[in-house]
Amino acid sequence: MNISEKEIEHLANLSNFTLDKKEKEVLTKDLENILKYVSKLDELDTENVEPTYQVFEMENVWRADEIIPQDADREELLALTKESIDNQIKVPKVL
Amino acid sequence: MKIANSSTSAVSLVKAALGKIEQYNKDYNIFTFINRDAALKKAEEIDKKIKNGEKVGRLAGVPYALKDNFLSKQGETTASANILTGLKSPIDATSVKKLEDEGAIMVARTNLDAFAHGSSTENSFFGPTKNAFAKDRVAGGSSGGSAVAVALDCVEFATGTDTGGSIRQPASFNGVFGIKPTYGTISRYGVVAMASSTDVVGFFAKTASDLDLLMEVTSGLDEKDETSLPDYYGIADTKLEKKKLGFVKEFIESPALNPELKASLENKLSLAKSKGYEIVELSLPALQYALATYYIIQPAEVASNLSRYDGIRYAFRSKDSKTLGDLFSNTRSEGFMRENKRRIMIGNFVLSSGFYDAYFLKAAKARTLIINEFNSAFKKVDAILSPVAPNPAFKLGEKVNDPVSMYLEDVMSVPVNLAGLPAVAFPSGFTSSSPRLPLGLQLIGPRRSDKNLLELVEELI
Repeated sequence: MNISEKEIEHLANLSNFTLDKKEKEVLTKDLENILKYVSKLDELDTENVEPTYQVFEMENVWRADEIIPQDADREELLALTKESIDNQIKVPKVL
Repeated sequence: MKIANSSTSAVSLVKAALGKIEQYNKDYNIFTFINRDAALKKAEEIDKKIKNGEKVGRLAGVPYALKDNFLSKQGETTASANILTGLKSPIDATSVKKLEDEGAIMVARTNLDAFAHGSSTENSFFGPTKNAFAKDRVAGGSSGGSAVAVALDCVEFATGTDTGGSIRQPASFNGVFGIKPTYGTISRYGVVAMASSTDVVGFFAKTASDLDLLMEVTSGLDEKDETSLPDYYGIADTKLEKKKLGFVKEFIESPALNPELKASLENKLSLAKSKGYEIVELSLPALQYALATYYIIQPAEVASNLSRYDGIRYAFRSKDSKTLGDLFSNTRSEGFMRENKRRIMIGNFVLSSGFYDAYFLKAAKARTLIINEFNSAFKKVDAILSPVAPNPAFKLGEKVNDPVSMYLEDVMSVPVNLAGLPAVAFPSGFTSSSPRLPLGLQLIGPRRSDKNLLELVEELI
């Protein structure tokens, strides 16, 4: 299938990044080739087949609703951010 | 592996490892961080304990390398991606903690394809790692640094992650042993997520019995990872009564399979036969759809897992963004490698409305067919012998700009991940022409047969 420039921009937007002109060109071609390859699945009859989303053999691992001590405390986690003030992470304005 | 005791000091083991690391790193670009001071300090503490007759762990003084997508308090965890540079983790991954508690000493962190997206380690922010046997060839990937670190004898073992072949393929490209355990065997707490339904933690080592020891130490239930299996490794008796070894007709007949790898596989089958194994030909036609299935499901999960990287809470943040939206977008534009972007966009495409049923749902159904085929195969055989990849190590730059040809290198490794099965990669000779490149095979078993596979490998080498 062919991917238009508008569609590539829409996908970049969904992915929350921007692409320069060169990246757009390269990725359009790459995506077309990859989608062409994976469309091999069209040959496969999957009528009445249940989908598999995970291969873990257990379900619903419950635990008691109690606070479990964590490995890192608030100070250590806040120290990872570029800028913080009064125990809060500083970011640019929203709008 | 060499373990510290009253005649071999931990300091001497760590110094030897650091010497090799220094010797090879410049030429091969294996490591992203060298842990010299902390490693020597821990070695001294272990030697003191040994001298005082105190109890030391099962991996006392053993120098190891950590794939750079494991969180550890020692050094930065970058996953070889710009967007994680500067991340100093306040926690240790559960697997790291278990290794460290047994006395293992992390001497260096290893290079990978950024976020483990790749089959050659060429997609690293820090540049490619070179193959241990030919510097103009790829190390394989994504755990290329870990494989080369073990192959060049810099460390006794190294950690890896395997989402579609990222342990087995670099192990086979560099002539070392690698285990991809049953899905859920080793906790993934503290490991940078790629595709959650197939990601596993595993190891590279020089022998199958070293891998067994590492599995003993690190496997088991972890309350911090809801997808970790209850302890089973080494508990159930896995000794086999019948010995039936299968091979996949579609793989051995594939025109893409290197003739020397094919010959190597046939030799191993003859060896197994001479040791009393019954050899069974299996036809698994759904496996030819595994790669297409994987390259829909995996990018979908990648797009979801990598949506968390926004520059706000940790690591890299783009400078001079005017609004919060710009900050997200600029950080991600500058922080991801091209292959990361490619996979995120494919993932968002196959998950988007209008395409979900045709791609993602279709792949999830194909996955069921692949699992069913493995299930019926394991009613006939105890294990399956297969190549890891269709070819030995390819040249640097040969495939990096052609994603489909790079993905095709994963054609024999991804079926295992889709089904959550264990597999052990092991060396199986060298190509005949120069440069002599390692050939690698893998033994695949039913779920929870990890230990059994390691025992079988011992018989086949």
